[in-house]
Amino acid sequence: MSERVLQLHKRRNLISSVMTTLTAACAVIAIALLVLILSYIAIRGFSSFNLQFLIDTPKPVGEGGGIGNAILGSLLMTGLACLIGLPIGIASGVYLAEFGDKWFGKTVRFLADTLIGIPSIIVGIFVYTLVVMPMGRQSGLAGGIALAIIMIPIVARTTEEMIRLIPNSMREGALALGAPQWRVTWNIVLPAASTGIATGAMLAIARISGETAPLLFTALNSRFYNYYYDQPMASLTVQIFNYATGPFDVEHNMAWAATLVLVGLILAINIGVRFLTRKKF
Amino acid sequence: MQSKISVSNLDFFYGKAQALFDISLEIPERKVMAFIGPSGCGKSTFLRTLNRMNDTIPGTSAKGSVLIDGKNIYAPGTDVVGLRRKVGMVFQKSNPFPKSIYENVAYGIRINGLHSSRSDMDERIEKALRDAALWEEVKDRLNTSAFGLSGGQQQRLCIARALAVQPEVVLMDEPASALDPIATQKIEELVVQLKKNYTIVIVTHNMQQAARVSDITAFFMLGKLIEVNPTKKMFTNPDEKLTEDYITGRFG
Repeated sequence: MSERVLQLHKRRNLISSVMTTLTAACAVIAIALLVLILSYIAIRGFSSFNLQFLIDTPKPVGEGGGIGNAILGSLLMTGLACLIGLPIGIASGVYLAEFGDKWFGKTVRFLADTLIGIPSIIVGIFVYTLVVMPMGRQSGLAGGIALAIIMIPIVARTTEEMIRLIPNSMREGALALGAPQWRVTWNIVLPAASTGIATGAMLAIARISGETAPLLFTALNSRFYNYYYDQPMASLTVQIFNYATGPFDVEHNMAWAATLVLVGLILAINIGVRFLTRKKF
Repeated sequence: MQSKISVSNLDFFYGKAQALFDISLEIPERKVMAFIGPSGCGKSTFLRTLNRMNDTIPGTSAKGSVLIDGKNIYAPGTDVVGLRRKVGMVFQKSNPFPKSIYENVAYGIRINGLHSSRSDMDERIEKALRDAALWEEVKDRLNTSAFGLSGGQQQRLCIARALAVQPEVVLMDEPASALDPIATQKIEELVVQLKKNYTIVIVTHNMQQAARVSDITAFFMLGKLIEVNPTKKMFTNPDEKLTEDYITGRFG
């Protein structure tokens, strides 16, 4: 090899290693931030965390108290949101991916993208007008609906993206066997995309689990265990907000503990869904 | 010789671009017909008009008629799903489903409701895999992923899958182009076996392959059908100068 080519190779190798180092550094920064946040939550949270805290309802300052009703409320409202939001979201995503190339699909896609960007408090006000006013009071139902509305466009768009990743050759293979379109989508495309769709659903669940603003208007809060969707309902995020904005250190510590529980819940749901949708083939 | 498929004056368009020009062709029953021609000459497009696979590509249209057993498959109200059951297809790139080997073959049987019982299903699957010369290699691992098979085995699995729905015609779009010589040889032997029961149309880039497996060869160029003749004649004494130039490697 000539001197010039050797020089060129040297330079390229140098640039290559510099770039690799740079990207690795950025990755480290991103991960470090996450680890910092999580470990800080863990350290602050564990100090005032105990089992009683998971069961008790909020009490006046100094008498202890916990987040049992808030955990229940969060689970009930997230569950309701999933019940409404996942079927609608996934079905719209399937429509957008498989049939959404005409003007209608394009319009829906644009509106979904816009809806994703809308501040969640606006969704809260919307549901307040639509559900809370006619009912005459805040309720778990209204909270669940607000969360579902936030969820639907996220689930729809991630589902669409995941289904578009399924190679067309797979669809053609099924069509060539005499499968009608709906069976191709149902038996071939959806199972093949299931892991990705579950990831999208997880993202949406994680997102709504952290929502506070829309719940303030719709579910309000409650100091008691409430199993009924037509009554105001407590939630972890609103409870964290209340504890964190309280004047006493005891309350702040309980806010940290509640935060730890919230993060733990999201993690648990995440692992659960991953386990259920793991690739078999 | 009885015609299974009879194509007359077929034009085909991708949007405004015409891809096939006035194709007329008779495909006899229980023979192997090979389509040869340079890349982009329309042979795959033509193959896909025979089971209306092109319907899945937006903006395409066909003019003319394709009669299969005397019925025009482009007539309004044609049952495309039923047509594709009757006219199976094997693609250039093997495309097994992300399921087990067993389920890959079972899929077509199940959606068409061909099986009467669990054991009938097992028998059908064994027969399809035997017909595709794959049974001996996979019989002990039917419930493992189809993606664990080699490229040649995956392609034979796709052939088994196509045969399992009992088609009358099997369309093969360069079924061996991505395979090594040994796997290719297996597929070729298979094609010769299959013509006892099926009408086979095979697109190939490999002239020797066309010569080895087919009874009749059709030569396409630039969307036009240049020549159709018995394979022996085509490769020794073609009617057209263009065919001769292509076969002897002067272009293409």
